Amino acid sequence: MLADFTAIAFNEEGFMNDPNQWTKEIAEVLAKQEGIETLTADHWKIIDYCRQTGMASGKSPTLRQITTGTGISTKDLFALYPKGPAKKVAKIAGLGKPEGCV
Amino acid sequence: MTDQPRRIAFICSKGDLDMAYPALIMGWAALGNGVDVTFFFTFWGLDLVKKSRVDRLEIAPVANTSFKMSMMGLPTGNLGIPNAMGIIPGMTAFSSWFMKTKMKSLDVPTVREYLEMLHDGGARMYGCKMTVDMFGIKKEDFLPCIESVVTASDFVDMTEGAQIIFI
Repeated sequence: MLADFTAIAFNEEGFMNDPNQWTKEIAEVLAKQEGIETLTADHWKIIDYCRQTGMASGKSPTLRQITTGTGISTKDLFALYPKGPAKKVAKIAGLGKPEGCV
Repeated sequence: MTDQPRRIAFICSKGDLDMAYPALIMGWAALGNGVDVTFFFTFWGLDLVKKSRVDRLEIAPVANTSFKMSMMGLPTGNLGIPNAMGIIPGMTAFSSWFMKTKMKSLDVPTVREYLEMLHDGGARMYGCKMTVDMFGIKKEDFLPCIESVVTASDFVDMTEGAQIIFI
């Protein structure tokens, strides 16, 4: 059974308001909403990286920061999170919208 | 979600270093947001995707009214670089080096790297047939990101429903 997520608030674009409320279970649910049925080890590698840098800096990493930081190629990043990885990854990781351009 | 995704097509007609970036940056942002992206390189814009030119793109201070001394980090406000100074040999090379250094310090990828990222992210890129014929450019002169050389009519067909940005 899924836990109760009703206490979690999202902004109008679907990003979590408070990244501290994030859990791995929430990520699984958010991923399904974004069309990703199962989060594999590679998906988690990206999410973990985003959580680490995002919580440390208060900002979602940009796609280029993700590829350089995790060693996952651009091609694989777009394959893992198809159709718009920038917002998708940030949403699933419970962070805000990425602010950088690259 | 049965709706067709949003589509953007960029026509890149300029080969200057400063005019290379707008389409690359917007195209990358569009891909990241799930938008379908197409690039059409025409005339001087083909320099961006030619192996011999991509790493040698330049910005010339001559006849560029926005090019002020302050761009070089000098606190000189609106003081421009006189055109007479701009024609001194080495000024274009210097300006280009300066811009590239500045972009690098901001962690902005080079044009070559940007094109690779865009290609890997699923953007489609085409060369303009008329320019290719006119300049005698061969398939092997292009970076591998160029899928094919197409006519203007092909471009119009393949961008049906897309928002088109001319740079």
